[in-house]
Amino acid sequence: MKNTLKVVSMVAAVAASSALAGEITGKIKITGEVPPAREITPIKGDKLCGALHTKPVMTRTYVVGADHGLANVAVYIKAGLPAGKTYTAPASKPLIDQAGCVYEPVVTVAMVGQTVDIKNSDAFMHNVNCQAKVNKAFNFAQTTQGQVNPRVFDKAELAIKLICNVHPWMFGYVHVFDHPFFAVSDKDGNFVINGDLPDGKYTVEANHIKSGLVTGEVEVKGGKATLNLELAVK
Amino acid sequence: MSSSTPQNLHPVWLFRFAALVALATLGLVCIGGLVTSKGVGMSVPDWPTSFGYSMFALPISMWMTGGVFHEHTHRVWASGVGLLVVFLARWTAGSGSRKILARVGFAEVLAGVILMRVNPLLKGEAHFLLGIGGVVLAAAAVGWKNAPASRLAVRLAWAAFWLVQIQGSLGGLRVVLDSWAIGGTTGGTVFGMIHGCLGQVFFVLTTCLAVSLSGWYPRWTRSATDLRGSHWVFLATTLVFGQLILGLWMRHQHAGLAIPDLPLAYGQWWPKTDTESLVRYAGRREGVDSITALQIHMHLFHRINAVLAVLAICMTFGFARKQPQGHPVRALGTAWLCLVAVQFALGLFTVLTDRAADIATAHVAVGSLTLAVGCWSCWSVKANQSRFAEETRVLPGSVLPEISAVR
Repeated sequence: MKNTLKVVSMVAAVAASSALAGEITGKIKITGEVPPAREITPIKGDKLCGALHTKPVMTRTYVVGADHGLANVAVYIKAGLPAGKTYTAPASKPLIDQAGCVYEPVVTVAMVGQTVDIKNSDAFMHNVNCQAKVNKAFNFAQTTQGQVNPRVFDKAELAIKLICNVHPWMFGYVHVFDHPFFAVSDKDGNFVINGDLPDGKYTVEANHIKSGLVTGEVEVKGGKATLNLELAVK
Repeated sequence: MSSSTPQNLHPVWLFRFAALVALATLGLVCIGGLVTSKGVGMSVPDWPTSFGYSMFALPISMWMTGGVFHEHTHRVWASGVGLLVVFLARWTAGSGSRKILARVGFAEVLAGVILMRVNPLLKGEAHFLLGIGGVVLAAAAVGWKNAPASRLAVRLAWAAFWLVQIQGSLGGLRVVLDSWAIGGTTGGTVFGMIHGCLGQVFFVLTTCLAVSLSGWYPRWTRSATDLRGSHWVFLATTLVFGQLILGLWMRHQHAGLAIPDLPLAYGQWWPKTDTESLVRYAGRREGVDSITALQIHMHLFHRINAVLAVLAICMTFGFARKQPQGHPVRALGTAWLCLVAVQFALGLFTVLTDRAADIATAHVAVGSLTLAVGCWSCWSVKANQSRFAEETRVLPGSVLPEISAVR
């Protein structure tokens, strides 16, 4: 009986906290004629990288899924958060993997102070050349398979480019925020910004590496809101 | 021949050695160009070590990985050129240079030791100084007694000696200070551009040294002619040098394909560079990087200057053809016209092939040769003009025979 009461009270507590935790869901769509992906031909020409692939490796500038949904778009709260409020960085560690001579994922989002793990899954060397402008730039080599180097970004900065000069077609982006309300759209363009987002009006921005930026206004009521945004092919 | 009087015993071999150095430098320019064309300049993040290894002890498996091959080959090749230049200076300047070389080498080794003691973080730079200082000391230790070559050749050899060391340091700074913010750009871009520009100057210098040691050199100054109209040579050389600087800027600012079409630019003679247009241009690109108005303008200036340089070289060719048969300027004018025609075609192909690395690199290499021939032409013209002025000078108290005959 005592245990049952304990479980019930825990469930109630979780339910109450869920009700407080606001989230914004939505979809990013792409309009216009999307140029077809092209084969990254230098991969084929590189002895080591070429051996890792049986099919052509294609560019991922526009990854479009069901119903024109656009993947790899960073979506985040741009304005509307309580002024002066600070947030604690999540304990989770986003992973940027160099696998098969491409960055996986292409777009990573993280919070200031959050550890980002950078990994080399290939059996040969890559270098990670971070071209940050606000944060401290770095360049180091990952010479062994499975090597993981954690990095922490200490300032908010959008679109920090990571490149591998050993294989110059390899690149990825990291967006760093000073709050935890951000997401990356999935293969069908869907996203969920969750966390302890209080009710209120917010400006949400979507940021795509090629299509650029688009913003929208949304009001979170009762912990829920939906926002769909459209980006145009450029 | 007394053993106590040093003689320059092998002038032909000295010339051949100098020519080898010039050729090796051209090879270095090509590999350096390839490094920039392929965008692999930072594939080895440290310097003068490579991934923590001594430059000469990097495992082959790492050397052969992707862009490391080009960058590391550039470093090793550059070290070889440095070694050759130091010994060329010793040979050209004669055994009298041993004292200077010993002092310089000792100073560099000492500076390396001090640097290592003062700041262990600058260990790499200290190793560079120790390495180059050691090579200079080795050259000073060569006991062979030989006389110096001509004064001009000795000057050029010393210039090459200093320049190769500065150039090596700049190459290192380009890596070490890559992410430093300097005036709105990065240390990598600034030092990369200076390194590239000085590389061209260094190549021209090594070719001039080889020419000054060759059998052709006396012929260059032998013919005393008026050379009216020679201003075209100087103008064309200045335009070629300006073109190389513009090209370097474009390569290091990734503006090589800021305009993808020819002969128009985005279908216009002078494209619009408002924000909307720039976004539209960037959209046409395969990559995700943006295009700036400055990139477009510099690309246009490169094209305009190319046309001006070709026209000036055509005028130079016309001027050269007016010179008597066998005159050095005649041959140089023809060679220059051929080179600039190849260079112009390579420039077109660079755009048409989407900046293919081998074509872009050939464009850099032929550009270096074009500059070298321009500088030789200026040199030849200047030497001939001096000779002409000397031969037509009326000494005080003397009367030219022709003038007296007229009287």
